[in-house]
Amino acid sequence: MTATPAPELGSLAAIAACVRTGERSARAVLATSLERVRELEGDLHCFNEVTIEAAEADADAVDRIVRSGLDPGPLAGVPVALKDNLCTVGIPTTCSSKILAGWLPPYDATVVSRLRDAGAVAIGKTNLDEFAMGSSTENSAFGPTRNPWDLGRVPGGSSGGSAAAVASGIVPLALGSDTGGSIRQPAALCGIVGVKPTYGVVSRYGLIAFASSLDQIGPFATTVADAALALEVIAGHDPMDSTSLDRPAPSLLATLHDGVSGLRIGVVADFLSEESECGDAVVSAAEALAAAGAKVDEVRIPELLLGLPAYYVIAPAEASSNLSRYDGVRYGLRVDGPDAETMNARTRGEGFGPEVKRRIMMGTYALSAGYYDAYYGQAQKARTLVIRAFEAAYQDFDVLLTPTTPSVAFPFGSKVDDPIEMYMCDLCSIPSSLAGHPAASVPFALNPEGLPIGVQVLAPALGEAVMMRVAASLEASAPRSARGPVTP
Amino acid sequence: MARLARLALDDDEVGRYAVQLSAILEHVDAVRRLDTADVPPTAHPFPVENVLRSDIERPSLDRDSVLSQAPVAESGRFRVPRIMGEAP
Repeated sequence: MTATPAPELGSLAAIAACVRTGERSARAVLATSLERVRELEGDLHCFNEVTIEAAEADADAVDRIVRSGLDPGPLAGVPVALKDNLCTVGIPTTCSSKILAGWLPPYDATVVSRLRDAGAVAIGKTNLDEFAMGSSTENSAFGPTRNPWDLGRVPGGSSGGSAAAVASGIVPLALGSDTGGSIRQPAALCGIVGVKPTYGVVSRYGLIAFASSLDQIGPFATTVADAALALEVIAGHDPMDSTSLDRPAPSLLATLHDGVSGLRIGVVADFLSEESECGDAVVSAAEALAAAGAKVDEVRIPELLLGLPAYYVIAPAEASSNLSRYDGVRYGLRVDGPDAETMNARTRGEGFGPEVKRRIMMGTYALSAGYYDAYYGQAQKARTLVIRAFEAAYQDFDVLLTPTTPSVAFPFGSKVDDPIEMYMCDLCSIPSSLAGHPAASVPFALNPEGLPIGVQVLAPALGEAVMMRVAASLEASAPRSARGPVTP
Repeated sequence: MARLARLALDDDEVGRYAVQLSAILEHVDAVRRLDTADVPPTAHPFPVENVLRSDIERPSLDRDSVLSQAPVAESGRFRVPRIMGEAP
């Protein structure tokens, strides 16, 4: 353990304010970020590609707008990192998979355009577990990302590169995607804030699909206010995504500091196992919220424990269907064969890594004739039970509190050979994914070894504003040392 | 299962995945055994309706830029190995 506090980059609003007034150029802000990349990337491996030239061109464009007297937007000059499953025109988008290595998307994801339109400057594409399947980035075809708090430990996953890039102070903002916890879990393990919005609040257009009924894009930042601002920018209806909710982006900053007085907060007892340091942090968080005026009670919601097994049927089932498009015909890798079917199978056998193959086979099995009702059909009904249990709990509570993860960041190699052990990382984050509800992880404590612990705030659909209010209150009562950025 | 999923695996992989997939199936067995009489399935968190746009012509992706990413393209098309057996 050698991590030390890193130099503060300033809030997103502060960076943008300096750039908008011309006090500091976007190019100068970018230079600081790139300097940090040079210093740390060798140790951390946050990025699959750092796009220096494109970033410099974007920063120059922001500076030109400022000089011409116009406003580049609320994220003017803010350097951002993008998970490498978000499509970027002309910039390789790989999903950390050999099957897509070198692929150049013909279009930008909607979130990428929205960030650029707000003045943000993308500096590169971050590492992930292949096709976002995993909880450690160890499933990346290009090698793992390391946790800036302890280089011998995983940063979490699947959005581990984005989390580590923010936690090490390379960028103040990054985007990830969350299917069963892939934003919240790495945020918790890296001591930063991670938000999974309500399903449909952020457009998935240009997000390479893993499990389409669960995938959502969301921000990583070091503070709740920064995450809230970023979410306001990327959210909102998009006609290019048929599951995008037809409503304006939520307003979060206006009520962020309204406090928690009178709010009813439920601590989900089912996720508080004995002798768990993550559970202890939730108990302390609940006490802090009570002290701030919230009405806090324990609640038992045993149906949420159905989430994990239901998810590990539904997500692989959807993945097996989504990933059938990687067939060696239209993009990416092809391994030749005498006929199309052999070519397809060889391409996929060589192009996909072990976890992706496992999930494709699991999903194919769950959807196959004879097993469909027993597995996929039953899992969909379990999903209904999880949603109903949440509905009942939200009769009595405005938000719910759980640990984000069952444990702190774990050493490399400790779970990679045991898929079930790895899947358990998602225990507390999966239920709100199945329900399509928003959830946020807030860094709240350090364990005795100095590793960060996150507390998860859950809210009903479209409850982002109240969720972020509670998150801000938690942040205010957490020790400053519990959150990044840190220097490894 | 690998054949159905179009995955060419070697013998080692087949053995390893057989063991791991059995363990995963055992883990998700809680779902299979659940009493779900009268519980409707959920395929999607919110009701999804077909979304239509007005029928107005607009540009789509450029053909050449799309084909430039294909492993093999020829005469404005994706080229693939033969998909059917020899004629009898």
